[in-house]
Amino acid sequence: MKNFRIKKFWLAAMSIIAIIVIFGACSKSGRNKGMVESDAAEKVYVAPGTYDEFYAFMSGGFSGQISVYGLPSGRLFKVIPVYSQNPENGYGYTEETKPMLMTSHGFIPWDDAHHPDLSQTNGVPDGRWIFINGNNTPRIARINLKTFETNEIIEIPNTGGNHASAFVTPNTEYVVSATRFSVPYPQSDVSIADYKKYFKGAISYIKVDQVSGKMSLAFQILMPGFDYDLAHSGKGPSFGWSFFTCYNSEQASTLLEVNASKNDKDFIAAVNWKKAEEAVAAGKFKIMNCNYFHNTYNDETHSATTEKLTSVKVLDPKEVPGLIYYLPTPKSPHGVDVDPTGEYIACGGKLAAMIPVHSFTKMKKAIEEKKFDGEIDGIPILKYDAVIAGEVKDCGLGPLHTEFDGKGYAYTSAFITSEVVKWKVGTWQVVDRIPSYYSIGHLMVPGGDCAKPFGKYLVALNKITKDRYLPTGPEMCQSAQLIDISGDKMKLLLDFPTIGEPHYAQAIPAEILVKNNQRIFPIEQNKHPYAAKGEKEAKVVREGSNVHIYMTMTRSHFMPDNIEGVKVGDNVYIHTTNLEQDWDVPHGFAILGAEYSELLVMPGQTRTLVWRPKEVGVYPFYCTDFCSALHQEMSGYIRVSNTNIPISYNSSK
Amino acid sequence: MKKLILFALGMMFFLIACGGGSKEDEFDHLKYGYGPIKKVDLGPIDQALADKGKQTFEIKCTACHKIDQRYVAPKLGGVTKRRSPEFIMNMILNPAEMIQKHPETKKLLAEYNVPMTFQNVTKDDARAILEYFRTCEDK
Repeated sequence: MKNFRIKKFWLAAMSIIAIIVIFGACSKSGRNKGMVESDAAEKVYVAPGTYDEFYAFMSGGFSGQISVYGLPSGRLFKVIPVYSQNPENGYGYTEETKPMLMTSHGFIPWDDAHHPDLSQTNGVPDGRWIFINGNNTPRIARINLKTFETNEIIEIPNTGGNHASAFVTPNTEYVVSATRFSVPYPQSDVSIADYKKYFKGAISYIKVDQVSGKMSLAFQILMPGFDYDLAHSGKGPSFGWSFFTCYNSEQASTLLEVNASKNDKDFIAAVNWKKAEEAVAAGKFKIMNCNYFHNTYNDETHSATTEKLTSVKVLDPKEVPGLIYYLPTPKSPHGVDVDPTGEYIACGGKLAAMIPVHSFTKMKKAIEEKKFDGEIDGIPILKYDAVIAGEVKDCGLGPLHTEFDGKGYAYTSAFITSEVVKWKVGTWQVVDRIPSYYSIGHLMVPGGDCAKPFGKYLVALNKITKDRYLPTGPEMCQSAQLIDISGDKMKLLLDFPTIGEPHYAQAIPAEILVKNNQRIFPIEQNKHPYAAKGEKEAKVVREGSNVHIYMTMTRSHFMPDNIEGVKVGDNVYIHTTNLEQDWDVPHGFAILGAEYSELLVMPGQTRTLVWRPKEVGVYPFYCTDFCSALHQEMSGYIRVSNTNIPISYNSSK
Repeated sequence: MKKLILFALGMMFFLIACGGGSKEDEFDHLKYGYGPIKKVDLGPIDQALADKGKQTFEIKCTACHKIDQRYVAPKLGGVTKRRSPEFIMNMILNPAEMIQKHPETKKLLAEYNVPMTFQNVTKDDARAILEYFRTCEDK
């Protein structure tokens, strides 16, 4: 009997195994989709009409924008135009927003935006602003989180690629920037072979006004000509310090893949920015001439202005002892992440097989005891053994970035082995791991880089998509994956596509932003010089070959909507003011033959399109944003003549 | 069983219908409309207040309303003869609910097809606009 039972057990077990094997072999694609538990759908389902728990802000990478998602649903709410023109609403095309994209290199309507960072107070995201770097034409942008619009862009001079940016200090005292590519400093015509002689790296601190948010370049630090990669600020005990990774301490200029990977260790630069402030206040800086632009958007004039700046204060570490120390860090370090307590500094190495974690306490002690291993350009190199707190072994290959959950655990992305590895801060033991599909770059836990992480979820931002979605030709969307980190084991919940190529991301509890959300622009406060505040102010004025149309929009008509007296060759400035004061009632404007985008005008806002008619005729225009039952009726005509016909419009007739 | 369900449903209707027989229901919505304004005390016309109201009216209302003629929406000269001051202020401050609930406003929507929207005005603004309308009673 007993024997029979055992036999029966084995028969059943074998059958189950056989079924699994058969099903596995016969599954259509044969690919590993990742283990998903049966309650995953429930955990990401946000019922119709209800809200997500978090806002997530994903960098657009080469799209130059920021996209706003809900978590846990993965629903896309908005793409915020930052560095790239957006024909969908006219950003970067309209007269009001074109100045936002001015740089010392001219009008640059694109950038590569990598690292968004929320403004913080006491080391915690406060929902005022989010900053993001422009990597290619070095810039930092500030987005207002009341309106979700880009309010400011500052160019960073003497910088060859603003990669280690836009990370904030714990009270948003500064946003930092550091150059990925060292360049001649100041820029000059030198042989590339003279790299070691002329090339320098700049670290920049951009001061943020606590009321207006306005940015200004406070000072730069002249660094050895390495490649500065990523950054994060110290907090708690390490408040007042910033940490920047750098690679290419070999100072190679060609075939970096090989030539910048020779040294066993590169560095984390620990910068004492409090000391830098003192040095600047004590006048220990040099003024250097340079050109950079600063563009500011004003919510009352609804317009951006550009100012050109021509100098920067520069600190030389040689002249400010104690300003910077190098922490030796193995194998082409990439991400540098400070744990919520501010004591530990974890570092990803692109070619490493372990995660070195430095201790701030040990670093301070090593500085006091002068445990140096030489110096570079006046910057002391601390002894590795004197600063290291622990090494996370078996962490996968190519660990890149680490975020924290506030419960004593860290999560590191491993690019080469395509996985997320969970480890315990302090014991440095790996406690869990989960595969990513595929090749994870950054990862993000809501508040995961701050003093009090919100935790709960982790978003894997993957570099390769391949077979995760229905194919769309050679070009695929990028793939994000939502992972539940509320329990001991990480659980894959959801895949969702993203725009551009997200690098870093940030997330914040929804209620922090919802309560401050701005629904309209009060029309009384509209100070746009060409606003028509009420139909009474609607008019058409000729000034030489410029024709200014002060046009109002409301549901559902334009005023004026019949205009005559425009001539071929005129510059017709169509200034549209949306008189609505109701949430979610934008109006659009498009006219036949307009050479660029439409206008999308928010309630109370004014937007201007320049139209240059080339041939005589009568040109229709219309509202592009469905606004009411009579939306199709919201239209009008402009007559274009070759002869001198006096300006006339509706009521003036 | 069916009877039981019917009975239960009947009881529920009864409870709902009878629920909350509060003062709110005694309020004359037909006369005063729906919204935050329950009572307005009118004094002699305050010209300064009316001027302020006119200013707001011209920025925020004239895209749809004119005093002397029907436009996108009804003519407003003489509106104070047709409607109570409370109705007028509630219509300005709470158009969405007014359009949903008030029989007169529902009729207007059917006639004009364009729902009136809230134009981000304060109670004080609405009071000033009312004062302006009082000066336009014969226009």
